[in-house]
Amino acid sequence: MKLNQKEQEMLDGKNGKAAQKAIEILSALGDIFGAEGFIDVKSVQIAGVSYHNLGEAGLEYLENMAEDGKVSVFTTLNPAGMDIQNWKKLGISEEFAQKQLKVVEAFAKMGVKTTCTCTPYLIGNRPNKGDHIAWSESSAVCFANSVLGAYTNREGGPSALASAITGKTPEFGFHLDKNRQAQIEIKVSGKIEKFTDWGALGHAIGDKVGKKIVLITGIEKASEDALKIFSASIATYAGAAIFHIEGITPNKTEKPSESVEITQENLDNSKAFLTDATEIDIVAVGCPHCSLGEMEQIAGLLEGKKVSKEFWICVSREIRDKAAEKGIVEKIEASGAKIACDTCMAVAPLKGRFKGMATNSAKAVFYGRGKNSFKTIFCDLEECVDLAVRK
Amino acid sequence: MKGRKIFKGKAEGEALVTKDGISFYGGVDPDTGEIVEKGHELEGQSVAGKILVFPEGKGSTVGSYVLYNLKRNGKAPLAIVNKECETIVAVGCIISEIPCVDHIEIEKIKTGDKVKVDAENGIVETE
Repeated sequence: MKLNQKEQEMLDGKNGKAAQKAIEILSALGDIFGAEGFIDVKSVQIAGVSYHNLGEAGLEYLENMAEDGKVSVFTTLNPAGMDIQNWKKLGISEEFAQKQLKVVEAFAKMGVKTTCTCTPYLIGNRPNKGDHIAWSESSAVCFANSVLGAYTNREGGPSALASAITGKTPEFGFHLDKNRQAQIEIKVSGKIEKFTDWGALGHAIGDKVGKKIVLITGIEKASEDALKIFSASIATYAGAAIFHIEGITPNKTEKPSESVEITQENLDNSKAFLTDATEIDIVAVGCPHCSLGEMEQIAGLLEGKKVSKEFWICVSREIRDKAAEKGIVEKIEASGAKIACDTCMAVAPLKGRFKGMATNSAKAVFYGRGKNSFKTIFCDLEECVDLAVRK
Repeated sequence: MKGRKIFKGKAEGEALVTKDGISFYGGVDPDTGEIVEKGHELEGQSVAGKILVFPEGKGSTVGSYVLYNLKRNGKAPLAIVNKECETIVAVGCIISEIPCVDHIEIEKIKTGDKVKVDAENGIVETE
């Protein structure tokens, strides 16, 4: 890594302890991955916010960094382990809540905008095509690279914070065009219309081609909400940080010579794999966090109904507030469903509280099973609402 | 053996060696240092106070904070020696100040060997 004078001064500690630790982390990563130098980033999104994952030492690390660390670019957070304001409503313990609030305070002290969301691009942290950024959350990374045409690696919590403080990241991996080209064509012959089709497609691609960068052909249209949920699925099941869809995504790529087909049968098999429950005691949607359009749709489906079991709608606080202005929140809450801001079913401490979960997100299935030992039903929003109100 | 410095420092101690990758998040108990991953070659053994030798890290990036937890609880390895260090372990060692060297032929080190690590110069010696 070649450092310029300013970067060398940071490394020598002239900008304080936190900046020194930050540039130390980034230089080491640059050396490991063969970067020649740093590039400036326009925005940062930091994972490692849930106290459940950080533990006491993680909190201590953040508090140490906050002693003299200040972020130098626009920075938001990944979901926390609870709704920062209404945690009691979600059944979170007092002890956990106090620790979680300390985590958020440490970030706030450093100048981070403490909106906790996996969809920063829906709340103003939306990079332009060609911008270099340092984001953490795997679905947001995939969406930013693929749908927005920004450039980011998948950062861990400490390296993202280091980029926020220094405003820099080592230039390697997905910051370079040569590493973003499609390696295999995915010819989709099955039908892709509903969200569960997109979720199943991500799973089927992971199954068939693993981690290769894909160029998907045979799909005519895709809404932003569909691309959001697909980014989450392909990042979870194929480990993808970038994908291309012919005629839809903005990045240029050559058509690869190798190709595989994804048939209706492949999609049906993936859907079957994602469902293993017959009974559920929680319904959760909003993985990734709901858009305003999805909130409207949910309110419409719930109108005049009462839920018979726990129903979580996960969303960023900004989108919730916008929905509240339109009277959508009131309609949703009148049904007994719970709006969970700042958090989600994947990071909140839910293990042991529920046995079976219905969701429209393939990613939520993965974390529900792995982290919380839930059995799952994978179905579209309409059916999720039906299950939530059924006696 | 000469490798590459990931994080500076010197350490001397007994080696704990595995051919399996290690996922610190979920795979190592942050309070005791015990490896808890089901079916791991070192399941049930503690990394505390050892020169921990393994090919590479794996799993969630939250693993970096687990190394920091171990250090704070006095259960961290004295040093880490990898075949190929990746982000999780590298960042974990930097924030926890654990000496770390990679690009080492780890097959030549056996559990119980006395090992000296001079991370600044990327040197790992066995007796």
